[in-house]
Amino acid sequence: MNAETVAAVPPAVQLEGITKRFPGVVANHDVSLTVDAGTVHAIVGENGAGKSTLMKILYGMQKPDEGTIRVNGEEVAFRTPSDAIAVGIGMVHQHFMLADNFTVLENIVLGAEPGTAGVLDKAGARRRINELAERHGLRVDPDRLVEDLGVGDRQRVEILKVLYRGARILILDEPTAVLVPQEVDELFDNLRELKAGGLTVIFISHKLDEVLSIADAITVIRRGTTVAGVDPAGTTARQLAELMVGNELPTPETRESTVTDTVMLKVSGLTLEAQGGRRLLDEVSFEIRKGEIVGIAGVEGNGQSELIEAIMGIRQARGGLTLGAEDISAWPTLRRREAGIGYIPEDRHRQGLLLEASLWENRVLGHQTRPPARRGFWINRRVSRADTQRIVEAYDVRTPGVDTLALALSGGNQQKLIVGREMSGEPKVLIAAHPTRGVDVGAQAAIWEHLRNARAAGLAVLLISADLDELIGLSDTLYVIYRGRLAARLDPSGVTPERLGGYMTGAITGTEEA
Amino acid sequence: MPAGLFRALLTVAGAVAAIVLAIGISSVAIVAVGASPADAFAAFLNFGATEKAVSTSIADMLNRAVTLFIAGLAVAIGFRMNLFNIGVEGQYRIAAICAAFVGSTFVAPAPIQITVIIIVAAAAGGLYALIPAVMKVTRGVNEVISTIMLNYIAINLAAFLVRGPFAGERAEGQLTTSTPVLPESAWFPNVNALLEMFGLPAPRGDGLWGFLIVAILLGVGIWLVLERTRFGFEVKASGLNAPAALASGVDPKRMVISAMVLSGAVAGLIGLPEILGDEHAFGSNFTPGLGFLGIAVALLGRNKPAGIAVAALLFGFLDRAQGPLQFADVPPSVITIMQGTIVLLVVIANEITSRIALRREERRAAQALGRNTPVEVAA
Repeated sequence: MNAETVAAVPPAVQLEGITKRFPGVVANHDVSLTVDAGTVHAIVGENGAGKSTLMKILYGMQKPDEGTIRVNGEEVAFRTPSDAIAVGIGMVHQHFMLADNFTVLENIVLGAEPGTAGVLDKAGARRRINELAERHGLRVDPDRLVEDLGVGDRQRVEILKVLYRGARILILDEPTAVLVPQEVDELFDNLRELKAGGLTVIFISHKLDEVLSIADAITVIRRGTTVAGVDPAGTTARQLAELMVGNELPTPETRESTVTDTVMLKVSGLTLEAQGGRRLLDEVSFEIRKGEIVGIAGVEGNGQSELIEAIMGIRQARGGLTLGAEDISAWPTLRRREAGIGYIPEDRHRQGLLLEASLWENRVLGHQTRPPARRGFWINRRVSRADTQRIVEAYDVRTPGVDTLALALSGGNQQKLIVGREMSGEPKVLIAAHPTRGVDVGAQAAIWEHLRNARAAGLAVLLISADLDELIGLSDTLYVIYRGRLAARLDPSGVTPERLGGYMTGAITGTEEA
Repeated sequence: MPAGLFRALLTVAGAVAAIVLAIGISSVAIVAVGASPADAFAAFLNFGATEKAVSTSIADMLNRAVTLFIAGLAVAIGFRMNLFNIGVEGQYRIAAICAAFVGSTFVAPAPIQITVIIIVAAAAGGLYALIPAVMKVTRGVNEVISTIMLNYIAINLAAFLVRGPFAGERAEGQLTTSTPVLPESAWFPNVNALLEMFGLPAPRGDGLWGFLIVAILLGVGIWLVLERTRFGFEVKASGLNAPAALASGVDPKRMVISAMVLSGAVAGLIGLPEILGDEHAFGSNFTPGLGFLGIAVALLGRNKPAGIAVAALLFGFLDRAQGPLQFADVPPSVITIMQGTIVLLVVIANEITSRIALRREERRAAQALGRNTPVEVAA
């Protein structure tokens, strides 16, 4: 994009001084952003940096407390997403919002049905969809059922959906998170076509190599505010990573090795099949020894969730699972937990907490059959409360008291409570999925410290994370999971995030050590 | 103020506001049918002119409340884990006729006779609730649909049994049929003494049913189970967040079966106060509809035994006014309108008060966090 065209048209989107506060947290603080028309503009930042909140503000799902939004040079104030759609802003969500039992055409027109007197004008809709698909190179068959489509096709349907509503500015929230590399390439081709057609694309991601290959301009968000605008042409992934993470960040490095020879958890040939025979987990085998942190790296959706749920007994998988000397493969979840497997789930709201219950009741969760929570037939309320108070103090959970409902706490404090709970009762193995996701920097450092201390005390940890620095810094052994298989075993001391990224996307194959 | 106490006070305030508002709305309905709200409310408070009449009115109200309380408890056990047992209606009818029939087939000392009848009733109700529970865990059948269907089966099955296999002898000129009359050892003694303690004379008729005591013990027992035991915790966890309960080692199938069966077993007791304390048989004029009213009572009582007790007393108080309302020329369907509006308004009030409580806690949590904010925006 050259200087003349920039001067000729007003920026597609201009945000100034946007601030958004949630109770106890400032999600966005003085954010300023200018997106030129007809460009692909990437917004990068770590998980929890405030990217999603910013996009929700731009799409009318949240109202900013301060600041102005200009679209095509005109100041706007959105109350609902409909207002944003009306000025030509469309959003493609990370999680698709499609009705599986409808055809592509029906999904696209849903909520914006053309027709007269209540009769759906299918022919007209089909014409319009085909025309849009033709113009932007988004090939889909309008008559197929969405449930028969793959992930890449579904995403194209989502994009068509917003184009159909007349969007000229598209927001894509982590569109590549669910895609395999070939699909990512196809998506990028589509985005280039959209750009050629004069549309503006705002692309949210934390994957640096992708951002560098597609974006015309990049804005970096760190801890809720815009810290830099960079030109991808003169920037390396390394520099971008430094901007994203900041320099004052504590590093998640583990010092000397505490790995022992005692194998605590042994996984052998773990296999899980989806309906239809596709393998979600394919012969996964590894060992975790006492005092060892084993990290699993991988692009989201390559089998990590299935792996931890299989180890916890939430999903039934074939293969061997041994805890210490005991075969636990046939045990139910409860028995596995009682035997000393702690579990920090990847989605704390879904699997980790009773949001509408008090903190002390959340302390009991998962420990309801063990002391101190249980006394025979009864739940020991007094001791549970006291032990929750212990966690609150030891893990620095910021709360008015142990009777407070879990949903009143901020994400970081909820996570600290979960970490404290799972570290209670002297676990032998800890399954930690994204332990610092959506957690502020202070809490992140604290959680790392707790993991390191537990490792030194002989805990065997399985760490799953999307934060490559966290993985490299904390792990003693690192595996890469790709399409349900452990594709490589790496020595974390000798691997860079860039190389790790190569393994994760399948660009590099093979293993460094046997 | 502790967060728990604040939430409780707010709930009570919401319920009171809802009831006041419901009285207002009902007044409009009463005016619309051409009656006087003042007369209507006078009728609700008119317990009779003589002490005997007052005593009888109070007994009627409490008797009604006892059955509604048990019905509310039965429904609430399921509701606590988002298990909608709409089948309480059918479960209590099947249980009532089985218990009445089994109880009439033998004679034993009163404590044994009554205990056996109670156990049969609980077992019959629990077994009948086991059917939808098994259908849910094995085939994923939605319990709302299956229990509604099973209600029809139960109602008609009970009607058939009382005329056929379980029918007792019919007295000359009697229009209704019933199971054989229970031996006197199965007649639950009344607790008119309780009324006499307050200086009231014994009420007319069968008096204050002694099953009141059983109901109170049952309420305390259910409260202990739901609020203090591991099982109760697992019920609560399953209701609040099923995936989290699963990840915490709670077996969802076992929970569905046990909660449903417990709910059905309690439902089985709904008919006993009437059978043991009054009719001494299951007749074709046996009180219907208690299971459905139980849903409203459980909703009103927020699925907590103490709340259900208050709700049952309120419903009993309203239902008692059937007669006085007619004397005052007010259609008794006003009662149904009031009950309906109260339930609706309480549900709304609950929603509002829980939001207020949440916002307050978020503020307090934010203050606790504020000790060194803003962590998030240090840059």
